[in-house]
Amino acid sequence: MLPLPGRILVNVGDTVRSDQAVARAELPGKVFPINLANQLSVAPGEIKDYLITKEGNVVEKDEILAENKPLIKWFKTEIRSPVTGTIESVSSVTGQVLLREPPRVLQLLAYVDGAIIETIPQQGVVVETTCSLVQGIFGIGGETSGEIVTAVKAPDEPLTPAHFNSTMKGKVVVGGSFLSADAMKQAKTVGVAGLVVGGIHDEDLRALLGYDLGVAITGTEQVGFTLILTEGFGTIPMAAKTFKLLSAHVGRKASISGATQIRAGVIRPEIIIPQAETAVGKTVELQREGIRVGDPVRIIRDPMFGRIGEVSALPSELITIPTESDVRVLEVKFSDGKRVVVPRTNIEVIEGA
Amino acid sequence: MTASASTPPKIDRPLNVIVATDCGSTTTKAILIEKVGDEYRQTYRGEAPTTVEAPFEDVTRGVLNAIAEIEELSGRKILDDDQIITPCRDEKTGVDIYISTSSAGGGLQMMVTGVVQNMTGESAQRAALGAGAIVIDVLSANDGRLPHEKIERIRSMRPDMILMSGGTDGGAVTHVVEMAEYVAAAEPRPRFGVTYKLPLIYAGNKEAQPQVKKILEDKSALVVTENIRPVLERENLAPARNKIHDLFLEHVMQQAPGYKKLIDMAGAPIMPTPAAVGLIMEAIAKREHLNLIGVDIGGATTDVFSVFGGVFNRTVSANLGMSYSVSNVLAEAGLANIMRWVPFTIDEQTLRNRIKNKMIRPTTIPQTLDELQIEQAIAREALRLALIHHKSLATGLKGVQQERTISDVFEQQTSGKTLIDMLKLDLIVGSGGILSHAPRRIQSMLLMIDAYEPMGCTRLSVDSIFMMPHLGVLSTINEKAATDVFVRDCMVYLGTCVAPIGQGKDGDVCADYEIAWPDGKTTKERLKFGELRLFPLESGKQATIKIQPAKQVNMGGGAGMAITKEVHGGVVGLLLDGRGRPLRLPVEQQARVEALTKWFDAVGLYPTAN
Repeated sequence: MLPLPGRILVNVGDTVRSDQAVARAELPGKVFPINLANQLSVAPGEIKDYLITKEGNVVEKDEILAENKPLIKWFKTEIRSPVTGTIESVSSVTGQVLLREPPRVLQLLAYVDGAIIETIPQQGVVVETTCSLVQGIFGIGGETSGEIVTAVKAPDEPLTPAHFNSTMKGKVVVGGSFLSADAMKQAKTVGVAGLVVGGIHDEDLRALLGYDLGVAITGTEQVGFTLILTEGFGTIPMAAKTFKLLSAHVGRKASISGATQIRAGVIRPEIIIPQAETAVGKTVELQREGIRVGDPVRIIRDPMFGRIGEVSALPSELITIPTESDVRVLEVKFSDGKRVVVPRTNIEVIEGA
Repeated sequence: MTASASTPPKIDRPLNVIVATDCGSTTTKAILIEKVGDEYRQTYRGEAPTTVEAPFEDVTRGVLNAIAEIEELSGRKILDDDQIITPCRDEKTGVDIYISTSSAGGGLQMMVTGVVQNMTGESAQRAALGAGAIVIDVLSANDGRLPHEKIERIRSMRPDMILMSGGTDGGAVTHVVEMAEYVAAAEPRPRFGVTYKLPLIYAGNKEAQPQVKKILEDKSALVVTENIRPVLERENLAPARNKIHDLFLEHVMQQAPGYKKLIDMAGAPIMPTPAAVGLIMEAIAKREHLNLIGVDIGGATTDVFSVFGGVFNRTVSANLGMSYSVSNVLAEAGLANIMRWVPFTIDEQTLRNRIKNKMIRPTTIPQTLDELQIEQAIAREALRLALIHHKSLATGLKGVQQERTISDVFEQQTSGKTLIDMLKLDLIVGSGGILSHAPRRIQSMLLMIDAYEPMGCTRLSVDSIFMMPHLGVLSTINEKAATDVFVRDCMVYLGTCVAPIGQGKDGDVCADYEIAWPDGKTTKERLKFGELRLFPLESGKQATIKIQPAKQVNMGGGAGMAITKEVHGGVVGLLLDGRGRPLRLPVEQQARVEALTKWFDAVGLYPTAN
């Protein structure tokens, strides 16, 4: 979607590439106020008498906007335009002239390879594609695309600087459980387009951004690459299913976005891998009827943060947990047969299972 | 209900069964209120996730789900498909009215402008905050930003509404018109809806109205109202606040998903949640002639309300909260300030990662005791920072000429002093998940005491299950119902904190006290520095405490001066706080852990203390 009304460049049914412009808008140029009354030392109501040009006219940088007419030429004051632009308004109350720079063209790219199924007049388009989709939990950096490459052999292997080489330039590198600050530095040097890993340390994120991220609203950072975490903060192996899916698409082009917004309209980072056939297909929506015994789940809160298991029981009564809160819980069975009781809000179902 | 928010409808029919919802940013909470005999009681509650976001994008879905839970629990049929049955058809069918508040979708976000930052700028900010808004920026002629920076700022923010003020009536118009020119040049766009015009309220110098209209009429949905600062010595915030409520309903809410339907379903205008809570806080203070501080600590924001000497103020700390904004509490308070409340040692990296994991998965809850203790440590800092913010805005009017007498020679005070005086504070009211749902009530009490450091004798209470917003909107249509439920089901009195002012070495005498209990018995003991003592004193009961502070210690009557006070009980009781004011915690890690453990054990704060 465009941030302001614009023009749509494609039609329903068109096939588009991820880097193709689908809509265009003109962002109004920057405004430069000049207080002519102050600069000419005249009353605001008089400035129109001193103006050489008028409202609506186009002026070049350094062109004279206004001048006084002193008896002695030596005392002449000329006010020149600081920019090239248009005279938007002249105020006889404040003595101010507002100059506006020419508009900046803003292009909206398709972001994914696919087909246009809907155009929203003046605002944007809907692109449909047959794809594999992996949703991350947190990311930074905007939309980009690149070929998928795996740098590690297993989902629990951390990414180290040694894993990066020059062939990864412009690609989306998939790692395992952890990305260190040194590995981030190396990734930047190599020039990767994106990184997908299980976790990072918060202090490394702070060092990367240069500030402590207070609220999870991201997507505009420019750190040299787009980073997507699939699990969270700390060293956490990437879910085997996610790793397997990404590994199965090595060499394919993926569109990724680190944009995350965890309030008022949840947006999670995403990895979209369009399939070869981009024909408009039938949408298959996964319908879930709540959580069930046997569902694969991930624990998303300490003390067992990141562990994966399956639901083995769903007691309906409230249970008192160690904090003394009475909450609804479920029982999770791990692959080693061990069972634990966890508050229901502290797990997430692994979708697409 | 499409009536103006500033003039609530008059409802003639009897209201015996009321269903009310609060659509929060994550959860929609519904309560059922029924008239039992002569009084109203809150009988059932239900909740469901808020459905403003995709895939639902219709707030009414969450409302219906929450009401369905009440149906299930109460056995009353309230819903007929997607409709709420009103009025009641029989004993077990329908409700007499449905009402709601909302803070979903990020609440009401406003930008305000003034001419002088700490005069009309602050008045505009107070008007917006009092109306339940989050103020995302205050622009003024003297805010230090260059004109093009102001324009860029207006352009880059996407407020729901702008409130413009500036100048006293009959004063100079230049700066107000200049600001209008900047706003027009920026062509501000609203947060929701690409194609509709941004609502803009002008409440400044009335002499500038024609020029402001000329500049902004075509570029915004302009509404002109009375000046919020007609003369320097007086604020007139009500007309602007009413206009904000009206425009919130007419413009902003119409753009949010499903709100048109919600407005039609409701029997009274939808209110912004904080405005409704503010109404209740103001009502308590007025009814009981109290000075109070109220706090509502949520996932994204912390709202602070105060009434001192009858003057109401509200502030919102938009990025201090316990889930969405938890990481910002760490960023603003700093790790050391959070760690000072944690009664064990933990390495920085682990704590930072845990806090970030809570931010990205905001609905999780602490499962272990140490996780709960970390969360409550963060809450203390969020509460403390929000009160500092509130104190800076809840002030007397700045720029007002003061009359001085010879006796003021040694007491030079500037105008605009904060109105918050902890010694004159009678009651602290806490609301929000971490306070309302703390496993032990003493935890809520100590959280507020540690964060606010009340002085002298101060009563504390919490909202039992978070229903103040519901009661706030209810009070606009039925004062009795709101008061009945508030007194009987909402307000849980925790007890009273007695805290002498001053400092001393641990073990030194802080004060001698004598308590006359309601059963006639007395306790005569000595409070030492570094001690916390908790005495049971039931809700509704009162005791008399006579305190003789040590020479350098003050209980409000002056250093070393004895005082006698009536103190109220509560579910926790009477807490004597000998830790000194201002409260200073040991800096050294081991000493800090020991001190916290001693205090927490003394009041039975956590299970391990038993």
